[in-house]
Amino acid sequence: MTPQGSGMDHLVLLAFVIIGCLFVPLTVTASHLLGRAKRDERKLDTYECGSEPVGPPWVQLRVGYYVYALLFVVFDIETVFLYPWAVAFNRLGVFIVVEMTIFIAILGAGLAYAWREGALRWR
Amino acid sequence: MSPVLAASLRVLIAVGLMMANGVMMIYMLRKVLGHLHLRYGPLHVGWHGLLQTPLDVVKLLTKEDVTPRAVDRWLFRLAPLAVFVPSLMAYAALPFGPGWSIVSLDTGLLYTFAVLSLVPIGLLMAGWASANKWSLLGGMRAAAQQIAYEVPLLLSVLPVVLIAGTMSLGGIVDAQQGLWLGVLPRWFVLNPLGLVAFALFVVAGLVESNQTPFDMSEAESELVTGFATEYSAMKFGLLFLSEFSNQFILSAIGVTVFFGGWMLPWIPVEWYAEIPVLPAAVFIFKVYIGIFVMMWIRGTYPRVRVDRMMELGWKRLIPAGLALVLLTGFIQKAVM
Repeated sequence: MTPQGSGMDHLVLLAFVIIGCLFVPLTVTASHLLGRAKRDERKLDTYECGSEPVGPPWVQLRVGYYVYALLFVVFDIETVFLYPWAVAFNRLGVFIVVEMTIFIAILGAGLAYAWREGALRWR
Repeated sequence: MSPVLAASLRVLIAVGLMMANGVMMIYMLRKVLGHLHLRYGPLHVGWHGLLQTPLDVVKLLTKEDVTPRAVDRWLFRLAPLAVFVPSLMAYAALPFGPGWSIVSLDTGLLYTFAVLSLVPIGLLMAGWASANKWSLLGGMRAAAQQIAYEVPLLLSVLPVVLIAGTMSLGGIVDAQQGLWLGVLPRWFVLNPLGLVAFALFVVAGLVESNQTPFDMSEAESELVTGFATEYSAMKFGLLFLSEFSNQFILSAIGVTVFFGGWMLPWIPVEWYAEIPVLPAAVFIFKVYIGIFVMMWIRGTYPRVRVDRMMELGWKRLIPAGLALVLLTGFIQKAVM
């Protein structure tokens, strides 16, 4: 664990993805081989607290989830924009604060609009 | 040593850490919750039940791997992978000591949050593939709450990035060196703005790691562990390992950003920074204090209602976070 050039760092991150993707099938296969399997038809039933499932499993969910997901995309991206601003903050003049105030005001207006439209209410 | 081998070794360090943390935290959870409930927790296998969790790992490995008839087979198999890999990757940038991280990234903080934000996709996959209404609901809740609190979480550490002027986790720790007025350590939690940011971070972090009082996605009593209901054997083990690992990661970020990372209070850094392993031990000790507090909260508070939690995030924490970032900006410019 020593500091290295960025080329090495990216190689390590790639190794993380590859080894992670290998580790999971490996352990799952190991448990599959080690585990005793006693076949039983009832075992393969869907477990909904012991009673027979009623209706299809993929039920329709409330629209609130999708509204929140849409809002999230907007706000998450805008938050990510704030990070480079925060890093460069000390090196830039006072004007950077004014710019960001305008940016956050626009964001805030968007939030206020969503709020007024009732999109933030969890129904 | 060839670079490929060196890179693989570093990843294996992370895998080892993740496993060790998982085993340690499960034991700790049982003991802490046990004592909070005026019980003993595990007691019989090994000294004070110390071998209980390692044995449980063996048990998980030798359990029958059941794949229910109705599941979407491919997604069902893929979901543990989609949850596990991001959790593992989140170990990469953590600063265990001066210059001691698996990779040193200039954007460490953003990287860690970025990989953690991939976890809800896996949870959603697990919930959907299980072909079980409760699992689907659990997966949807998990995704919705992690998504809703991602923004406050990102905003809560932003004032610290602003003051420190860097996103590198090591850099943020370095920015906390020394004493304030010769008395208080310059940890960001002792800075008035940092304290408010920390309060935001605690709430958002508890939601993000699915901890009680915000664990509606698991809700044992209503959803039978939500997205994990149909999983068994090691697939279940991996889902839960990631869950515990995420708790560790969030506590580690909290320690790094607000509590001086691997630094000891009041003692000059030069005295101990060179002692091998000591900074890492301090760091891990602090992280476990954070984990203990999370377990304490879990043993004390009831579950919050789902609509209240969602509205708290959007209507209170996000405006508060934005205001805090602006306020920090103004004060920072005024001071300079």
